[in-house]
Amino acid sequence: MAAPAALIECTPLRNQRIPAFVSNEPLVKISDLNFTYDRRPILTGINMTIPRGKVVAIMGQSGCGKTTTLRLIGGQLRPTHGEVRFDGRAMHELDSADLYAMRRRMGMLFQFGALFTDISVFDNVAFQMREHTDLSEAMIRDLVLLKLNAVGLRGAQNLMPSELSGGMARRVALARAIALDPLLMMYDEPFTGLDPITMGIIGQLIRQLNDALGGSSIIVTHDVQESLQIVDYVYFMADGKVVAEGTPDEIRASDKAYVHQFVWGEMDGPVPFQYPSEPYREQIYGAAHA
Amino acid sequence: MLDRATSALRGLGSRVTSRIWRLGFASRFLLATLLYSGTSFRRFFLTIREIYFTGVLSLIIILVSGLFVGMVLGLQGYDTLQRYGSSEALGILVALSLVRELGPVVSALLFASRAGSAITAEIGLMKATEQLSAMEMMAVNPIARVVAPRFWAGVISMPLLAALFSAMGIFGGYLVGVVLIGVDEGSFWSQMQASVDFREDIVNGVIKSAVFGIIVSWIAVFEGYDSEPTAEGVSGATTRTVVTSSLAILAADFILTAFMFRGA
Repeated sequence: MAAPAALIECTPLRNQRIPAFVSNEPLVKISDLNFTYDRRPILTGINMTIPRGKVVAIMGQSGCGKTTTLRLIGGQLRPTHGEVRFDGRAMHELDSADLYAMRRRMGMLFQFGALFTDISVFDNVAFQMREHTDLSEAMIRDLVLLKLNAVGLRGAQNLMPSELSGGMARRVALARAIALDPLLMMYDEPFTGLDPITMGIIGQLIRQLNDALGGSSIIVTHDVQESLQIVDYVYFMADGKVVAEGTPDEIRASDKAYVHQFVWGEMDGPVPFQYPSEPYREQIYGAAHA
Repeated sequence: MLDRATSALRGLGSRVTSRIWRLGFASRFLLATLLYSGTSFRRFFLTIREIYFTGVLSLIIILVSGLFVGMVLGLQGYDTLQRYGSSEALGILVALSLVRELGPVVSALLFASRAGSAITAEIGLMKATEQLSAMEMMAVNPIARVVAPRFWAGVISMPLLAALFSAMGIFGGYLVGVVLIGVDEGSFWSQMQASVDFREDIVNGVIKSAVFGIIVSWIAVFEGYDSEPTAEGVSGATTRTVVTSSLAILAADFILTAFMFRGA
């Protein structure tokens, strides 16, 4: 694998304001975040801090609000109450132009890559460079090859997304997400549907790219063992709330029933095996025989 | 009984209200598309690429249909005109029918089925596979980058396709009327030239096809963008594009005809 340190280069953005100093404030701060969809509460009272330079995982069952939290951080949704601050600025207060300017400093890896299917691997990675920079095609070519080399797919530059395996598509999407050297990388279920080798590669890439870029990363996942190896801190969510948090070691040692069941993959516990229904005996024999 | 009637009435009201809401949403969407159309013209290659997919790839169906429609017009027209001893007027009948009505309307219906459905399916699938979300997260506005070029490609392609349809139809009418049946070639062309008015017939036909282009492209991009991000949702949106576009074309045709040709 190529040295990720080679990734640290500056891609000048059009109209980009570069901060004069690097703040000690956390890169992302979520305070008392509530989100309601169609009168149904999805997130309630979420507080999270994503420090600079760290990799943080948000874990929990499917439907507990992890991806919604990610979309709120990216400004794709607006909170009902509370706020998300990215690099000191509240996302929901930004107008459209400022929001887009902020997003140029973020990268997101979607669950199945979300590559543009009508253009090649090369053009996918070059997409943001062509949209947001005035770099020459020769410079873009070099940068794209650099990014693809970092994910081990320089040789696949001319392939179309339909010719890639699931793991390769995820790696190309990762190269595309880091195209402009984002301050914050967000990963939505990056390990879903991957074989163990590819899972290991993606995990290592996430950690190494974070350290090379000097930014922060948020991984939304339910792959406990893989993510505990690479993250610095974990938030556990259930029913739209943060129910536990800590370092990987604290999470492994946690005696909280929900965390224990989740980390060790127990069949029954606070998350019941059976979907709520009337008593089994009653349903089989009828109410009269119960 | 009263309960059922009330419930049915409430359901009807709810459906009407939701349709009105959706129309309002579609109007705002059109406004946003127009507002973010700058990219489509600044980087015209994006629109050219879509003109290829919507316009150029629709050429075969448009040209072949135009030829057959013209041939049928030639046959039917000759059959009727010869009863009144005016078979020389076949050129006028074929040309006016095509330029005023059949050209814009039939080519718009074909365009809705061929290109409109493709646009809806493509945008719907981009939504279902999170490509539009990915674009948003890359600070690229999908309305400016994906929707507007497709919309303008449809608007530009439609009058050109309608013109080609009419030209091919006239050629079909010529083949049947002059070459096959033996109507006098000089009468066919000269009467057509004398009777078809540039302002009244051709310009109005072009206006009609441009309006149909706006209608079909608007419906196609909106249905794709608003589709449920599932296989069923995309399939439903594609069907709605064809059905709604076809009805809207026919309704708009009546209104435009009433305004354009009332005194002619």
